Amino acid sequence: MQARPTEPEVDALRRGDEAAFVDAIHTYHGPLMRLAMVYVRDHQVAEDVVQEAWLTAIRTLDRFEGRSSLKTWMSGIVINLARARRRKESRFVTFTSLLRGDDSDRRKPTVDPSRFGRDGLWRHGPSSWDNVPEATLIGSETLTKVKEAIDDLPPKHREVIIMRDVAELEAGEVSRLLRITPENQRVRLHRARAAVRKALEDYLA
Amino acid sequence: MKCREMVELMTEYLEGALSPLDRERFETHIAGCDGCRAYLEQMRATRNVVGMLADEPIPERVQEELLKAFRDWRATGS
Repeated sequence: MQARPTEPEVDALRRGDEAAFVDAIHTYHGPLMRLAMVYVRDHQVAEDVVQEAWLTAIRTLDRFEGRSSLKTWMSGIVINLARARRRKESRFVTFTSLLRGDDSDRRKPTVDPSRFGRDGLWRHGPSSWDNVPEATLIGSETLTKVKEAIDDLPPKHREVIIMRDVAELEAGEVSRLLRITPENQRVRLHRARAAVRKALEDYLA
Repeated sequence: MKCREMVELMTEYLEGALSPLDRERFETHIAGCDGCRAYLEQMRATRNVVGMLADEPIPERVQEELLKAFRDWRATGS
């Protein structure tokens, strides 16, 4: 991603533009909540984290250099605060959940090998979702399944899919925020999306 | 390219990260394979459905507190 010399959203906040502020806290509330909940599972704690992040942002607006978008900057603050919060609570976290989700499984297939024949072609191909009614695909039950599938992901995969597909941060921004290579970012995104796709396929079948 | 390999390249394709040659191979395969085409569509649909998790309204109490903080900051001109 290219550096932008000025970020209109941030400039408006600096000027004290209240409408711009209200707009920003509305627009980013959902994505930032999901992001916080990658690290702290409790909804109320996540809400506290997001609120604290905005207060931090207001306090430090003048020092913000505007090299990234407001969303990226806020995401960074939320990640830091939520991680600090989790560390405080980490005595409750089991070892297995901390150890899960390294990248050692990166070469493992994301689709059940038995769905392919010996020739590597589909034996049981996916059936198209074209006939799934839109209302079902975006219904609240489907969303609940998707949420569950994301909660089941290893944390490292979860954070990438939330940043990319919920917060809609760019690939480069996510690599930077998580200090991982672009390739690693893609691998984690792929594994995460493939797992959620599988959950959706099972649910819609 | 086999379907088994194709499914592992879907995200790289969607991200525009394939080399021009691999991209061409990918697209040639997709054009003639219903299963892989459906899989690619499902990966796109999955991304869109996940995106809907972003819809969460900000609680009024939180908005009021933040707005107050923003006004305080503006008032002190710091």
